[in-house]
Amino acid sequence: MKRRHISARELVDEAYAAIERENPKLSAFITLRDKADAQREAVRLDRETELRPLHGIPFCAKDAYMTEGLRTTAGSKVLETFAPPFDATVIRHLRDAGGILIGKTNMDAWGHGGSTENSDFGVTSNPYDRRYVAGGSSGGSAAAVAVRASMFSIAEDTGGSIRNPASMCNVTGLKVTYGLVSRFGMISYASSLDTVGPIAKSADDIAHVLEAIAGPDPKDATSSHRPVPKYSKLLKQPVKGLRLGIPEEAMHAGIDTDVRRVFDEALAVLGGLGVKTIPVRIPSLCFSVPMYYLIAMSETSSNLARFDGVRFGRSRKFFSEETMRRIIVGTYALKAGYQDELYVRALKGRTILIREFDELWKSCDALVCPTLPGLPHKRGDIAREPLKMLLADSLTVPANLIGSPALALPAGFSRTNLPVGIQLVGKRFNEAALLSLGHAFQRATDWHMRKPNA
Amino acid sequence: MSETDTIEYELVCGMEVHIELNTASKMFCGCRNEPMRAMAPNLHVCPVCLGMPGTLPVPNKRAIESTVLLGLALGCAINRQSKFDRKHYRYPDLPKGYQITQYELPFCKGSRIETSEGPVRLRRIHLEEDTAKLMHPGSRVKLAMGQVRTGSEESHIDFNRAGVPLIELVTEPDVVSPAQAKEFGKTLRSTVKYLGISGADLESGEMRLEASVSMRLQGEKTLPPYKVELKNINSFGFLEKAIAFEMKRQRKLLEKGVQPKQETRGFREATGETVAQRSKENADDYRYFPDPDIPPIELGESWIEALRRRVPELPVAKVRRWKEEFGIDPRYGELLCEEREDAEKWEKQFESLVLLNAPVDEFVKDVANKRTKFSHETPPHEVALQYAGRRDEKPLSDEEVMRAVNDVCAAETKAVSDIRQGNERALGFLCGLVLKRLGTKSGGERVRESLRAHLST
Repeated sequence: MKRRHISARELVDEAYAAIERENPKLSAFITLRDKADAQREAVRLDRETELRPLHGIPFCAKDAYMTEGLRTTAGSKVLETFAPPFDATVIRHLRDAGGILIGKTNMDAWGHGGSTENSDFGVTSNPYDRRYVAGGSSGGSAAAVAVRASMFSIAEDTGGSIRNPASMCNVTGLKVTYGLVSRFGMISYASSLDTVGPIAKSADDIAHVLEAIAGPDPKDATSSHRPVPKYSKLLKQPVKGLRLGIPEEAMHAGIDTDVRRVFDEALAVLGGLGVKTIPVRIPSLCFSVPMYYLIAMSETSSNLARFDGVRFGRSRKFFSEETMRRIIVGTYALKAGYQDELYVRALKGRTILIREFDELWKSCDALVCPTLPGLPHKRGDIAREPLKMLLADSLTVPANLIGSPALALPAGFSRTNLPVGIQLVGKRFNEAALLSLGHAFQRATDWHMRKPNA
Repeated sequence: MSETDTIEYELVCGMEVHIELNTASKMFCGCRNEPMRAMAPNLHVCPVCLGMPGTLPVPNKRAIESTVLLGLALGCAINRQSKFDRKHYRYPDLPKGYQITQYELPFCKGSRIETSEGPVRLRRIHLEEDTAKLMHPGSRVKLAMGQVRTGSEESHIDFNRAGVPLIELVTEPDVVSPAQAKEFGKTLRSTVKYLGISGADLESGEMRLEASVSMRLQGEKTLPPYKVELKNINSFGFLEKAIAFEMKRQRKLLEKGVQPKQETRGFREATGETVAQRSKENADDYRYFPDPDIPPIELGESWIEALRRRVPELPVAKVRRWKEEFGIDPRYGELLCEEREDAEKWEKQFESLVLLNAPVDEFVKDVANKRTKFSHETPPHEVALQYAGRRDEKPLSDEEVMRAVNDVCAAETKAVSDIRQGNERALGFLCGLVLKRLGTKSGGERVRESLRAHLST
């Protein structure tokens, strides 16, 4: 990101050219910013003498982020004609840092999904094999970065929505600690689980973006007031001797053989870096998926109540079936007479899980496991099996339930040339450790440098 | 004795009061808190109070302070651990589709407000956000250039009020008469005004009264199986009338063996009657759950104590103290106590007058009866001068008074005969003469009594 060799204007032109080339095949973008507008901004930045942290870097944002004057749909037809009157805090931070917003990317409507097949604006294809999905719910963001149509993307992770598509598209994605980055201006899916985070080529890039967006926000009462470390400066901190736990419950029989192989190879690399791996047990891990879904669906049924078509957007009859399914389940779980058995019980289980992890951190510094139990599926394949879709989240939702950071790293490919990623899960507010470990892994491997063939 | 007289019913009534706080900004955003006097509709709005996507609520600290302050002033227990909950229902004046309120852990609970007909126990005091204001066809809308009437087909929504901090206070069903309800309301209002947390004006809706009314057989201890909620009452007078009317209406039904319908009724000022508004057969399922966007609140002990020290002396206590310290009749004291700033000025005046040896009790009585133009603003020495003579006087002996009475009655035979024929004015005339003879201006009551005693023999 050093400007000496290239101008912002050139970066922007390159980005739009890449989009023109790739997007028709991928459907990664829902809305593109007017090119001339972006070019003007680039030219203005080129004239500045003081370099900002992300000077002239083109980026895109998942369509869950409010962007002033630029259509924001959350992947749903309800907001098909909606242009926000303000920028989300994270968007404002990125613009203040010199970033140039070029478009809004495709997503499962309202964040509901793990494959972007629930988008009302088409399915995003996997850049490595277009018969397959790009993952979700931030499929568009991951695909855009994979084909370098964008240097980084701001996406959102509630149950794996950053890590899932990052691993399916061979890019790096960070789910942050809950409260590290302001959620103001991000259309809420599940308020106690949602996090704002970057998808980029490498842990290095992610560290730079994170510095620009982390920190307290007076408009978000759940944002943390802790001082924000200089992540980019901490990338090279030593990783030798770090203890990584491998959760036994996660390495179950349902894990695909290719995923297993890639994971084992990654462990060998980590071992070579001087990292110790130890098996660990998390007894309540098996309840993560039902806990997650009870909490997420309850909270989303409430968060979607404001879309009544009175002040903005269209009527609720434009909600898709999947959205309605989730609203109904969530409403049911909050009903008088059922709330204690369903929603409240899930909250109690969550506390137990948090305590189990707190205990765990006494004996290890982070966890490592695959991001997904399986490979990307073909478009349309399991969309017909909602339950199977939910179980694909089993390895990602725990980090959201406990509020911990998690980094998804490209780790290899299946025999069918589909990307496979691994995941590091850490202590709350310890992004620096994950990023430095990810950076070390990416110095020892080059998976993250690969690009899909045209 | 008629049939109806044999069955006596008694009132079972609880109050619910909403009070708009006078914080500078709204409850969960930085918009100006000015729902009543805004120059135009939808002026003090922002993405948060409009419920736009992606917006988040941030609690107003001063509003929480005001709520706890009221609880402390009323003797409530304060919940050190508290939270905000979401209450879900659908209405165009509720932008998020839920209201942020408090369900299980209100800031304050317990205690009571004393009235002349017994205590009214408080169940809880909590904090929530107000809804927007709906204006139906033909409403008058204030705009910067004047007023405008809305069309006959349209309803409009004004979000100036959406998100304004609102205290809700709920009592137990202890109210036993319409008069007591009024007294309760007035005491609560004066407390709120003393604390300076709200203008508590009823007409504008700054303070809103609701009463739930049911009737049961006299002496019964269990709660009736129904209740009728009375809303849209914007004066204490109307509150009394509404409850009284409702009591009559319900009594008539009960006497016929009919259980009054559980419903909400509004008060019609023109007719003095309550009218059905909407049916409330079962409680709505509001699906309350803690708002995940607002971390739980913990109130520190020292923070609460600091607030407790800010509770000023309230009217009831002040009146009592004025009687002890200055000998002021409580009836008059109450009148002077209504506004806190005035009360403080009055007290300064009393203190000055005491130093000057002036009779505070007499001065206050004259003020209350409008027999003097002097006030709390009058320089104390002027007041003292006016009342100077009286303190120096020795109290008159009964003999002196009787002698004066005899002398005057002997001299004024016409007046005496008028009095004997029932003329009260003549009595006053004689009284004045006696006082003049005694060389005093005070003691009129005593003289009158003496005269009456003398003339009745």
